[in-house]
Amino acid sequence: MFFDSFTDFIQMNGHGMFVWASYGIAAVIVAQNFIGPKLTRKRVIKDIERQLRREQK
Amino acid sequence: MWSALKRLYHQLGSPKWFFELTTKWNPWFLWIGSILMLVGVVWGLAFAPADYLQGNSFRIIYIHVPAALLSQSAYIMMAVAGLVGLVWKMKMSFVVGKAIAPIGASLAIIALVTGAIWGKPTWGTWWVWDARLTSMLILLFLYMGVIAIYNAIENEDMANKAAAILSVIGTINIPIIKYSVEWWNTLHQPATITLTKKPTMAPEMFIPLVLTIIGFYCWFAVWVIARTQNEILWRERRTKWVKSLLTTGANH
Repeated sequence: MFFDSFTDFIQMNGHGMFVWASYGIAAVIVAQNFIGPKLTRKRVIKDIERQLRREQK
Repeated sequence: MWSALKRLYHQLGSPKWFFELTTKWNPWFLWIGSILMLVGVVWGLAFAPADYLQGNSFRIIYIHVPAALLSQSAYIMMAVAGLVGLVWKMKMSFVVGKAIAPIGASLAIIALVTGAIWGKPTWGTWWVWDARLTSMLILLFLYMGVIAIYNAIENEDMANKAAAILSVIGTINIPIIKYSVEWWNTLHQPATITLTKKPTMAPEMFIPLVLTIIGFYCWFAVWVIARTQNEILWRERRTKWVKSLLTTGANH
């Protein structure tokens, strides 16, 4: 570990705000890239199933 | 070798094959990427030494550089996919290109935002209109242009062609981004990583960067596969294989 304490790690000699903000924003965008297509997949499958049921009637 | 490549090309050109093959690949990309990212980010944030000039703010490099690098490679992939679609009329190629656009845009946003945040403590400003930053902003606009084309043009054939042509023309911007730090005076530092020279960074700073770069590429593969598969399912909804896939469950 480069830092002496957890507080040190969070503050990073005054650069903590910049570093954590960067990682936070990146994490949100990365998460969106994982979750977005998953939700689309669910919707697509539901749409196809509804269509199949309609055709069977 | 050549015939194997040719076979792979034809297999990937078939939506069903593409779907099945990428379903097999996907967990590998996901887990290798996740492990590399976890190790690289923890190493970069907590264990790498601070930069002697920039202090701890340099730790932003472990997301900024991978995102910036990948947003440019993704653009080239999108353009190649568009070109293959235009020249050989390969439908699947357009589908992949369409899937890349929003992902590439999100990566360009990560690069721009983390760069701005990094610039504040390092240069004293969030933004300057210099060559590197401006050409990266243009990259984002090119991605948004491709997305806008797909949203605006109803006719699928027309949308594919227009998006592909814009993608191909926009590749002019890629060498401009790359050489912007050499051709013009800029606040931006020169390339951290070059394939031809030995790294100027200490290994304990450099190795985690390599890990996060490879990790980001793996995650990128996961995202492209996910979006492409969604598109395939919808296009092929009337085929037997999709119907049987749904009855056996495709909810992964």
